[in-house]
Amino acid sequence: MSSTPPSSPLDKLGAVSQSELLPEVLTLLESQFSGKVLSVCVNLGDWEASVAKGSVPEIMRFLRDDKRTDFKMLADLSAVDGLKMGLVPRFYVVYHLYSIKLKHRLRVKTNVSEEDPAVPSLVDVWPIANWFEREVWDMFGIRFTGHPDLKRILMYEGFQGHPLRKDYPVNYRQPLIGPRN
Amino acid sequence: MAFGNSGLPSFLTTKLDAAIGWARKYSIFQYPFVTACCGMEYMATACSHYDVDRFGAGLPRFSPRQADVLFVVGTVSHKIAPVLRRIYDQMCDPKWVVAFGVCTCTGGFYDNYATVMGIDTILPVDVYIPGCPPRPETVLDGLIKLQEKIQHQRQEIA
Repeated sequence: MSSTPPSSPLDKLGAVSQSELLPEVLTLLESQFSGKVLSVCVNLGDWEASVAKGSVPEIMRFLRDDKRTDFKMLADLSAVDGLKMGLVPRFYVVYHLYSIKLKHRLRVKTNVSEEDPAVPSLVDVWPIANWFEREVWDMFGIRFTGHPDLKRILMYEGFQGHPLRKDYPVNYRQPLIGPRN
Repeated sequence: MAFGNSGLPSFLTTKLDAAIGWARKYSIFQYPFVTACCGMEYMATACSHYDVDRFGAGLPRFSPRQADVLFVVGTVSHKIAPVLRRIYDQMCDPKWVVAFGVCTCTGGFYDNYATVMGIDTILPVDVYIPGCPPRPETVLDGLIKLQEKIQHQRQEIA
């Protein structure tokens, strides 16, 4: 049942596959998108799915619209830089979904490489993804293809680099005025 | 000097300085530049329990052009720093600056890409009030120190 590839970097994060105990949402997801859903598991009580980057919008649209999943809310969209954890590929983007009606949650992850840090945008699926994706672009430098206005949201125009990347020097500052301190 | 060496002019100017200083220190119009959690302590100080009005600083002005003292309350990021500098430049002389809380004094526990390490890197500061956040007693102590500074400085009359 569980199709976790042994080389998946997400395995290093303590994910445990429990194929007998998988909830209906995860089994449904696996059967609907075999090959596009790389692995599913219940990690410390949280439902988790790792999916292929290219099919993120398709899977998300299904998760939003299907009556059995009904994830109408994108609660969070973030990213992780695994440089110091030795992850290959380096980044992964994390989506947290919540169903207001069925009151269940799902975490969806997708791997992003350093050479091609781009993920399809979800602005068409959940409009709130707009600002989340701008934040991930600002902090991690991961582009979202199809985003209507992908510009920095927290740092100022002219800021060089992406500060939450682990190779950004922790004490490096780019003041607009005043001395470099 | 028309008064010769009588000492009268220096007597007059020092007395005038003292009188103006007395007037200025008890009519402080603050501009609260509140950006973070220190603002709660600022409000506690301003409200009736600690009552900053006892020290003649009870009327915050929300235009820098009407204010004497710039209270920088809370963390200042590099993004907001040009705004803060502009507000300082808009204030009329005589003007003073109070750094309220460790973030404005030194950057506090922040040591990262976003935070200005002390507002004295971008504008002159008269009184530093440490604390994270400072208790209202500390704020009033800082205010009294500012009043002493105003009283004893040479009064510029433009």
